[in-house]
Amino acid sequence: MDQATNDRPMWYVREVNSEADTAAFAAELAGRAGTGTVLALDGDLGAGKTRFAQAFAAALGVPGVVNSPTFTIIKEYEGGRLPFYHMDVYRLSLPEADELGLDEYFHGEGVTLVEWASLIEPLLPAERLHLLLEYTGPTSRRLRCRPVGEQYAAWCREMGLAPEEDTP
Amino acid sequence: MNGTPQVSNSANSERPYHLLAIETSCDETSVAVLRNGRDILSNIISSQIETHRRFGGVVPEIASRKHVESITVILEEAVRTAGIGLDQVDAVAVTQGPGLVGALLVGVVAAKSLSMALDVPLIGTHHIAGHIYANRLIGEIVYPALALVVSGGHTEIVLLESEGVFRILGRTRDDAVGEAYDKVARALNFPYPGGPYVDKLAHEADDEIELPRAWLEPDSYDFSFSGLKSAVLAEINRARMKGESPSFASLAKGFQESVIDVVTGKAMRAAREFGVRQMLLCGGVAANRGLRERLTRLCEESGVPLLIPPLSLCTDNAAMIGAAADLKWRRGEFTSLELKAEPVFSLEDWSVGK
Repeated sequence: MDQATNDRPMWYVREVNSEADTAAFAAELAGRAGTGTVLALDGDLGAGKTRFAQAFAAALGVPGVVNSPTFTIIKEYEGGRLPFYHMDVYRLSLPEADELGLDEYFHGEGVTLVEWASLIEPLLPAERLHLLLEYTGPTSRRLRCRPVGEQYAAWCREMGLAPEEDTP
Repeated sequence: MNGTPQVSNSANSERPYHLLAIETSCDETSVAVLRNGRDILSNIISSQIETHRRFGGVVPEIASRKHVESITVILEEAVRTAGIGLDQVDAVAVTQGPGLVGALLVGVVAAKSLSMALDVPLIGTHHIAGHIYANRLIGEIVYPALALVVSGGHTEIVLLESEGVFRILGRTRDDAVGEAYDKVARALNFPYPGGPYVDKLAHEADDEIELPRAWLEPDSYDFSFSGLKSAVLAEINRARMKGESPSFASLAKGFQESVIDVVTGKAMRAAREFGVRQMLLCGGVAANRGLRERLTRLCEESGVPLLIPPLSLCTDNAAMIGAAADLKWRRGEFTSLELKAEPVFSLEDWSVGK
């Protein structure tokens, strides 16, 4: 259920000025993450999706190098507070993604972060947090969040994110 | 983990031995038969033209269901092409990891079934060891050797102090070289996978837009290509804001020069530091002309012999898995049927004698 009073999805936003601020935001989310958490990440090439995932993984305590999963689609990491499943679905078609059995990860024991998630939105679990990284300058970003499900809506409120003004 | 050393079947014996190898870690389904660990009797890859025809034009891709559909056909074709009977297979090797778990599982299940049915040893094999030992299919490896592994999913500098003993000196901290190429290709409006287009375009460029080099810490052998990718994007944006159309060729050349400077620079520094007697280039990006040419020149200047497998052995294939498995076969180091697909799999731990 979306939190908006009408049918429009509710967006929250935080403006950040540096890569360190983006990393701190990723760490805040990692602190809240639990079994079954799904973050659906989008943003243009170079917006910093993998960098965000690295900061998120580091805050989960994942040891070692977390690098891009573009080629292998999914990389799994153990050794942190929770298993971390890092996906990049850019080069998948919807039917291909469907065949991969992503549910095993979404409903698995760990936390899933999906880059280019909007490409497979119909396959995402019923509850998830969408994140959109928007380029506003060389190091600054607009971090936009769209919670789907009450748990993620509560995160956005508790993290003090600003609700975006309704656009007509 | 180690089975009984089957000395009578191993390299010491007069009788030739046959390894059947299976690779399904990512996009390709591949099965190969090797004689005496080095002679390729067959090496069937799902994307090959002949197989295309058999599948009516459908290319099996990453989805494990597609590996399932193709594995038996390719297995049969590999054995048939090799001209041996299944009773002549002495061991079954399979890529155990790293890779996509669903894709790996198809190969692992097929290999286990075959190993059990034929009552021959099973050899779980590391995908990157396969890329490195593809070089043993074309020449002799002299140790200590240094392997530069460059592919869509991997960018690693690996030291081999002796045969089958792996030590990772450096790896990418973000994009693999192949990924960086593909992402830059995306920015230059090429279709996926666009790495080869960038290589070609770079060769056609008259001039170069100079881009930064990511050397990281002075003593590091690690790589980082995401900053370079951002620099390419920034250059495109800058030109567009000024109402100009960016010169894609000059950008491609600038990108390629930066990547090659750093990759070959670090490889040559490692070669000096560890006094290696041979350089091995491997992985799909070894097809990159700019990289091959530069590394060839630098190795010649330093007097370090260089091996580069032909393209068919650089991209994912099962013959390379057989070549790596041969290390274990000759030492009688076999894997039990408990073998599990390992999406994350340590190359160093896969070294012989562990």
